[in-house]
Amino acid sequence: MNKFTNLGSKDTRSGFGEALVELGREDENIVALCADLTGSLKMNDFAREFPERFFEVGIAEANMIGLAAGMTIGGKIPFTGTFANFSTARVYDQIRQSVAYSQKNVKICASHAGVTLGEDGATHQSLEDIGMMKMLPYMTVINPCDFNQTRAATLAVAKHVGPVYLRFGRPKVPNFTPTDQEFVIGKSLMLEEGRDVTIFATGHLVWKALEACKILAEDGIQAEVINIHTIKPLDDEAVLASVKKTGCVVSAEEHMRNGGLGDSIAQLLVRHHPVPMEMVAVDDKFGESGKPEELLAKYGLDTPDIVDAVRQVISRKGN
Amino acid sequence: MLSTSDLTTIASQVRRDIIRMVHGVASGHPGGSLGATDYLVALYFAIMRPDPNKFTMDGTDEDIFFLSNGHISPAWYSVLARYGYFKLAELGTFRMLDSRLQGHPSVLDETPGVRMASGSLGQGLSVALGAAISKKLNGDSHTVYCLLGDGELQEGQNWEALMYGAAKGVDNIIAAIDYNQKQIDGPLDEVLSLGDLKAKFESFGWEVLEMNGNDMAEILNQMTAAKQQLNKGKPVIIIMHTKMGFGVDFMYDNHAWHGVPPNDEEAERALSQLTETMGDY
Repeated sequence: MNKFTNLGSKDTRSGFGEALVELGREDENIVALCADLTGSLKMNDFAREFPERFFEVGIAEANMIGLAAGMTIGGKIPFTGTFANFSTARVYDQIRQSVAYSQKNVKICASHAGVTLGEDGATHQSLEDIGMMKMLPYMTVINPCDFNQTRAATLAVAKHVGPVYLRFGRPKVPNFTPTDQEFVIGKSLMLEEGRDVTIFATGHLVWKALEACKILAEDGIQAEVINIHTIKPLDDEAVLASVKKTGCVVSAEEHMRNGGLGDSIAQLLVRHHPVPMEMVAVDDKFGESGKPEELLAKYGLDTPDIVDAVRQVISRKGN
Repeated sequence: MLSTSDLTTIASQVRRDIIRMVHGVASGHPGGSLGATDYLVALYFAIMRPDPNKFTMDGTDEDIFFLSNGHISPAWYSVLARYGYFKLAELGTFRMLDSRLQGHPSVLDETPGVRMASGSLGQGLSVALGAAISKKLNGDSHTVYCLLGDGELQEGQNWEALMYGAAKGVDNIIAAIDYNQKQIDGPLDEVLSLGDLKAKFESFGWEVLEMNGNDMAEILNQMTAAKQQLNKGKPVIIIMHTKMGFGVDFMYDNHAWHGVPPNDEEAERALSQLTETMGDY
């Protein structure tokens, strides 16, 4: 159970920033736009190296989305950067009409997602963004789990033609996936094989799910852990294959239960293979100020919550 | 080069198309469509003159146009069809099931001439600025045009875009405001006044021109004057004074015709005032 080790904690947003510069060197059609959060989004290196392709738009996110949509006309591949809340809720109709409905090749890159933004509190903590974005036709929704995976995901979305919502976060979290991993949009990753329960986790909670897996193993519970970095399109085949083997499910995400990963998995299972399921997610609440780890604990998003959910769901399994 | 009278002749047919389209499906927006007809005819047939047989989404090496106030789609679709982007008969499918000619413009079925969905107001100027920046990055010296309604200037995103265009010197764009001073709920000044629009645009740093948008000769003059202001460090905007419902006496300058189709009798009366110059679709 020591398959995954922390190679040194790093923030996922830095994985984005590092990949963005690489993309800029590879393809002169890559452009980046930011709404007065260049440092927070780790877009400084891109801005420095490619000033003619970096667009500081000020605190005007609606205009940023429109500019990005327009820049695709002429072949540019725009990456927009701001916090998750301002990347989605603030500009939902702009994304809906000018990006998704217009099928524009815009990459909406959102940092500081979830409660682990921390001390800034609920105004800045987006817990609804996955739901909003996955409801839009043509939108791809990706939430990588660590620095290396965010870097790989950023490189991958540049090659994908079509609108993408790429969600990552602020705090330093364990970096445990391979450095030069291949990132295939829509393809989940089996992290631990098990037979008693499947934990489908996304984003920062993937590491928590691996921690829970170790704890459960001490009690003889073999949990399968699958990293769902792409929430839409969901890897239906892998989800169903695992659930058919284990017979019960826990989803884990730093997001509202309504509209999140668990919601997508439940929709799939209820139609094709209903089994007991528990969801580790925020229960219809706004966040608050605090340290990231304190908030994860208070909002029921921590390792013990996943362990409890597994025990609960296993107890609901039929004989 | 088409003469002013040639363009006026085309405009008369476009106005007939508009009445017939909205009457045909008993829905749509005749008022603003009739008011903006002359501008759209002049833009395609005299100013931009893109090649309708070589439409590409990227619009490389040609002038491109964005319609922000998507509800005047009947006027745009008619001009696109009359200019040669698609068959005239398709105008008869406007707003019908399975048609490319959606109530508000869509790109999903690859309607030739359309590069961006519009309808939810206030988004077009940002998009046009983005496309203008893209042209600059590509070393493409052509111009981006954008038409906005006046009512939609009540949407805040426009003012973000106006601020941006001037601050960053996006000087390869000519925007136009369809300033008919009417919106759904009534006269613009009663609903929410825009105040001194010219002073606002000037204070935002745009080069501002004005014209009578229902006078073909003046449109050609002022559009030519606007082009002379390009590439001087400032974006260009034209306040285009128009009359909602222009060309049909009972619709003229009347906000009630913003989004209401004529009934059979009204359609007949309207068409009797508009000469069929190029053959109805």
